[in-house]
Amino acid sequence: MATDVLAAVRAIPDPEIPVITIEGLGILRGLTFDAAAGEVHVVITPTYSGCPAMRAIEDSIARVCRAHGLTARVTTQLAPAWTTDWIDADSREALRRFGIAPPGPAGSSGLSSSGGPVSVTLGTRPTVGSPSGEASTRHTPACPRCGSERTSVLSQFGSTACKALRRCDDCGDPFDEFKAL
Amino acid sequence: MTDTTTAFQAAYLLGLGDDALIYSHRLGSWLTWAPLLEEDMALANISLDLIGQARAIYTYVGANDGTGRSEDDIAYWRDEREFRNVHLVEQPRGDFGQEMARMLWFSAYQRELYAALAGSSDAQLRAIAAKALKEVRYHLDHASQWVVRLGDGTPESRERMVAAFTWVAPYIAELFEDDAASVAAAGAGVGVLPSSLRAGAEATVAGVLAEATLDAPAVSRWHARGGRDGLHSEPMGYLIAEMQHLPRSHPGATW
Repeated sequence: MATDVLAAVRAIPDPEIPVITIEGLGILRGLTFDAAAGEVHVVITPTYSGCPAMRAIEDSIARVCRAHGLTARVTTQLAPAWTTDWIDADSREALRRFGIAPPGPAGSSGLSSSGGPVSVTLGTRPTVGSPSGEASTRHTPACPRCGSERTSVLSQFGSTACKALRRCDDCGDPFDEFKAL
Repeated sequence: MTDTTTAFQAAYLLGLGDDALIYSHRLGSWLTWAPLLEEDMALANISLDLIGQARAIYTYVGANDGTGRSEDDIAYWRDEREFRNVHLVEQPRGDFGQEMARMLWFSAYQRELYAALAGSSDAQLRAIAAKALKEVRYHLDHASQWVVRLGDGTPESRERMVAAFTWVAPYIAELFEDDAASVAAAGAGVGVLPSSLRAGAEATVAGVLAEATLDAPAVSRWHARGGRDGLHSEPMGYLIAEMQHLPRSHPGATW
């Protein structure tokens, strides 16, 4: 029974991106079964501080445990801070198939970490509707639909906190990018 | 945190949380008013990050300052004089250039702040800061891109950005003033002196202004003060009334 419930918790889908699991996303940080108490202890970490999906994930964990006749004890942990580097290879492929470009390495965002001037290298001056230029070091994701590597950013802030909005310069389709964090 | 009762610095932390919450409220007021749909989403996402930071700080304060308050108690059941945010964040939404000037300064300040707090003696504050730092880098990048684009843009956009930095100038000094709570928090190793963040934030803004071909605005003759002591400007009362209306009219409401 313990094995079943633990596997079921691992397989809980992310509420906003249902093609990946909380384990694949890397937000499941601890999972233990206390047989004596009939309790499953789950440690999760938010992707972003204000991620509105956290409550839904806690509810899903409680529901899954209840279905196995067990109680869930969910702890939220902030450190170490979540990074997109924790998204596993299968989930990255699932994201791509779902139409979301997977993130590059966390250091590839082209943003400076702390102190010092900000690099605001604008390559070609963007046209209205594409506010953000790109720092030269930034990872450029391929279009998840046609595979072209000629893509440009429309906005660093997309449909959810964890995504940016991009457009393919070849097929013309807009697409979400899971942005490196 | 081990020595909770003696070293806990609630007043200092509430100032940080209030800055984040009140600015998140102002950014939220851009929804449907931003010049582009993408900006509606961007400003809402930045607002959401700030709400998350405020929630983490409020939850921590409530659990450790001996009051047992929840995050909602702290956000919705304090009166204006109990809010410790700076005047910068409570000013009403102006034009988009003003918002980008404000966001550039605030995110440049927050980046220095959270980078420094990542070395706090307080483990939970370290965790909150390390997480928030990653988010603030994106806010700073966003504001920087727009300031460069508008400052080095058309005559109209340039004129607006010049006016925007003149507008924001009197609200900057307060970010870097060492009040009693921050001095105590810094002395305990929990917090950091606001004055120590000034040079880094100014260098950041100066770099963006240079890239935007804008001159630094003249130093203003007056500057805002008193926010950390609960003394606010007139718009703050209206903001609080709007923000707190629902839980105060319907205590305990949930959905």
